[in-house]
Amino acid sequence: MAVKILIPTPLRPYVDGRDTLELEGASVGELLERLAGEHTALKQHLFAADGRLRSFVNVYVNDRDIRRLEHQETRVSPGDTVSIIPSIAGGTGGAVADQRPKLSHEEILRYSRHLILPDVGVEGQKKLKAARVLLVGAGGLGSPAALYLAAAGVGTLGLVDFDVVDKTNLQRQILHGTSAVGTPKLESARARIQDLNPNVQVETFETRLTSENALDIIREFDVVADGTDNFPTRYLVNDACVLLGKPNVYGSIFRFEGQASVFYAKEGPCYRCLYAEPPPAGLVPSCAEGGVLGVLPGIIGSIQAMETIKLIVGAGEPLIGRLLLFDALKLQFRELKLEKDPDCPVCGRNPTVTQLIDYEAFCGIGAEPVYDGADVTADEVQDELDAGKELVLLDVRDPHEYEITHIDGAKFIPLGELPARLNELDDHADVVTYCHHGARSLKALEILKAAGFAKVRSLRGGIDAWAVNVEREMPRY
Amino acid sequence: MTLVLDPRHAAAIGRHGEADYPAEACGLIGGAIEGDRKIAVQLVPLANGRTDSARNRYLIDPESFRRAQERLDRDGLEVIGVYHSHPDHPPAPSAFDREHAWPWLSYAIVAVAQGRAGELKSWVLADDRGAFDEEAITIEERKAVWQ
Repeated sequence: MAVKILIPTPLRPYVDGRDTLELEGASVGELLERLAGEHTALKQHLFAADGRLRSFVNVYVNDRDIRRLEHQETRVSPGDTVSIIPSIAGGTGGAVADQRPKLSHEEILRYSRHLILPDVGVEGQKKLKAARVLLVGAGGLGSPAALYLAAAGVGTLGLVDFDVVDKTNLQRQILHGTSAVGTPKLESARARIQDLNPNVQVETFETRLTSENALDIIREFDVVADGTDNFPTRYLVNDACVLLGKPNVYGSIFRFEGQASVFYAKEGPCYRCLYAEPPPAGLVPSCAEGGVLGVLPGIIGSIQAMETIKLIVGAGEPLIGRLLLFDALKLQFRELKLEKDPDCPVCGRNPTVTQLIDYEAFCGIGAEPVYDGADVTADEVQDELDAGKELVLLDVRDPHEYEITHIDGAKFIPLGELPARLNELDDHADVVTYCHHGARSLKALEILKAAGFAKVRSLRGGIDAWAVNVEREMPRY
Repeated sequence: MTLVLDPRHAAAIGRHGEADYPAEACGLIGGAIEGDRKIAVQLVPLANGRTDSARNRYLIDPESFRRAQERLDRDGLEVIGVYHSHPDHPPAPSAFDREHAWPWLSYAIVAVAQGRAGELKSWVLADDRGAFDEEAITIEERKAVWQ
């Protein structure tokens, strides 16, 4: 009994139009030689001038690629099926030679610990050099991601951010130093990256990522690492990446917990398969409101850098279809399997979102109730107090914030306890609620109004505005 | 031979090229042979396997080819050609295309300039692998329905 050889359509004209041949042979090499010997016109299409099998000719024994077996030495037995399977390559540009950039002597030395890794090597390092990675946000997550990607030799790093370095950033945003406070984040990021690795091209986009510019910016990059801290931008990045077919390396952090995944709609689920809709506006506090352990973005951002490098180099198993959950207090990693949602509005079978939408509206931002005349500035409160007006200042922050600093004489009731402790307040008093920046105090105002308090206002900008404008010796946080 | 495309096939190749611009789009053409006509019946759009330099390269890996071939086989069709796009380049095969080409298959190339699909041409590798010869494309509405 002979070995069956399946011939692909493009080669059938050379074997009298047949799709199957039967030949005797003990190894793949022997069979192919016999095949080319009997059908001489076939030879040049299977073998290059140097006698080696052409790179785009793939041979399978039964279901296995001979490259994963013993190449042409792979043994075959009667009854086996050998299939010749084309891979098809091409493209513009005249040069047949390797299009990848060369590594300089300096780069070979710099990346030597990569080059001796079997899964990276010179090929992988060239892929990193040719790669273009976009970091959305140069903050907590973007900082470690940018540093490690730059150090690893990613050829081009794009950075999108429009913020200025603030002192409160320094606890975790390690791209920026104390001397950079007050300057644009992109400037200090560029300086730090250039110092770390001058081979990296830094492209900066000093803008908020919007539905108008996202496609144009993201289109120019191979991989996107999302380090945003808000839902509108996260959905925007996701949708733009799905529409453009780019992998989106996602990370997010809150207090002591973090998440990471790779959303790549071509091969797995996207962010919307996981969270079809954003949480109601204001439900999930940002880092500024909820706090975050400074090392946490270091861990999650480094995981994003790691996944980005794996995608570029093609090593290992990417975090596609898996959601990694990290709990810093328990020091525990857990993993959830993510399924692609066939009804996903962006990457499902019948997508309803086929272009970018208004993400602020989608996330319910701007739809919050407006309280005209219900807020008051720090200066106005100070003037009223100086004029002898009786005001009840109501601090609705959390106890640990109260410990950091508070306004003398203020009544302290955390927002969560307010509904149960309304009896501690006089509903005829003139109340001014305050929190850190002014968001929670509006919620407190809402609760008080609903309970029949007539004269309630909220301190605009919270205790932070008070520290800036009135009590200048008060610490800010 | 002549490559016979339905107007919808020609439009779909253009749309795929536009959608993946500035990367190269690629796919297989499934069909049947009638005399000296290769008649396209079904397009199989595929993901470009070259994520590293998709702007000027495309790759249909053997696994994708195998799966597409099996699918076409069930419909009684075979792979008669390959299509791909040349973003901001004319629809002529490059040296790289020729070096990697298979004989007999039609290589349909659509030019996509600034994101808009333009001219569509088809090419076949010469028997000695020395050149690509242009092949006529006939656009005609397909009357018979195979599936």
